[in-house]
Amino acid sequence: METNQSHTTKLTINGSVYNLALLPWVSLLDVLREEIHLTGTKKGCDHGQCGACTVIADGKRILSCLTLGVMKDGSEITTIEGVADGENLHPIQKAFIECDAFQCGYCTPGQICSAIGMLKEGKANTREEVQELMSGNLCRCGANKGIIDAIMEVKKGVYHE
Amino acid sequence: MNNFSYAKASTVDQAISHIDGDIRNKIVAGGTNINDLLRYFITKADKLVDINSITENNSIIRLDNGGIRLGALHTNADTAYDPIIEERYPLLSKAILAGASAQIRNMATNGGNLMQRTRCYYFYDINTPCNKRDPGSGCSAISGYNRIHAILGQSENCIAVFPSDMCVALAALNATVNISSPEGERVLAFAEFHRLPADTPNIDNNLKHGEVITSIDLPAQGFEKNYSYLKLRDRSSYSFALVSVATGFEIENNVIKEARIALGGVAHKPWRILEAEDFLKDKQPTRENFSAVADLILRGAKGYEHNMFKIDLAKRAIIRNCFMALNPESQRPGAKPSL
Repeated sequence: METNQSHTTKLTINGSVYNLALLPWVSLLDVLREEIHLTGTKKGCDHGQCGACTVIADGKRILSCLTLGVMKDGSEITTIEGVADGENLHPIQKAFIECDAFQCGYCTPGQICSAIGMLKEGKANTREEVQELMSGNLCRCGANKGIIDAIMEVKKGVYHE
Repeated sequence: MNNFSYAKASTVDQAISHIDGDIRNKIVAGGTNINDLLRYFITKADKLVDINSITENNSIIRLDNGGIRLGALHTNADTAYDPIIEERYPLLSKAILAGASAQIRNMATNGGNLMQRTRCYYFYDINTPCNKRDPGSGCSAISGYNRIHAILGQSENCIAVFPSDMCVALAALNATVNISSPEGERVLAFAEFHRLPADTPNIDNNLKHGEVITSIDLPAQGFEKNYSYLKLRDRSSYSFALVSVATGFEIENNVIKEARIALGGVAHKPWRILEAEDFLKDKQPTRENFSAVADLILRGAKGYEHNMFKIDLAKRAIIRNCFMALNPESQRPGAKPSL
């Protein structure tokens, strides 16, 4: 058995290329937080039940706690640190501020990455559909109304890049 | 998480050779269940074999017999939103979209959906006895908090339920599972894939160790005119079913020519009673007939302290879903069919 063997893994994170030596059992979430020191992505439940660790991998929103770093070899990952264009916030970020879409902020990076992924999927048209397709991100503060408001404002084209 | 080695397979043969028939070598595809099971010591592995690079199994193709082949590595999201599935197998599309969350559906694969394990709380708590996790240790759920547990097909060794939504639709659609093994290829009818717990609840299904699911075939009949998937749960999204029902009808001149009814959340596998479906054949879609079919499907049901309510809930769900299948338009989000 070669359990302590690390695997050379190439990840492109927010546009920067990282060549990492990863142990097989390390989650993508732990790679982002502990290896790359991008701590914007949050560890909520570490079980796939809260959505706080949502990132965008190869264009799709996924849970970074339920995948392994080694499984994402060759992937392009976008985290909350990579959604703005320099000082210019992403429309979803602007809308979250304007719509009071967070209180403690712990779920917010996951909510924003999830919302960006959802808009790209193009399946949520009505408010009901947005609520359903954002159900993988829990907010214990109860900011859900603001979160859905913010997404609907972006869908209406109120906020631009 | 226990420490394991990791290997990538880019062909089915490579995967089979990496697994080498050894129970301690596990396959990972989407990873949404096994990575969690490994992290919390519910499952242990010496080697994890990543099959995501097998490109031959990641698409949806039309079959010569009019059916459709779902690649085992195609994701749940891509399957549910595939135009062919939405048009010809809307029951499957709805069932997939009723499960998990958008993020998990983006990761989870069709083959992995069949292989997911129960969400029984005691199975996930390594400090309690569980015959599924630790054979011979006992079942904590029978005398414990058993709200989410089985009412049909259970044994005194295990009352866990199989949690999938997708598989309830696949059962109703008479899907078949294509399997590669070291000895060659074989096909299992969907009803033969998952097992009842009996005295080996640690074995979820009839896939032998060392075998790989390569695809799932759907017959041509998709019940796209009269179908419905109804999922009842403690919150309206991102929660496992207490009871779910997949229903498909073929109706001519107000007479049912063919009926399919599968239940989820009530047993160790998707639950179908062919005798009950036959009962509806050549009958009119009336409340009286739907009620009779519900009684037939729940015959022999047995509840426990906290899940007795499921027996009545399942009957009502069957009846309601039969009506919803008569009018699939009633399934827009939030719509309540008038009964």
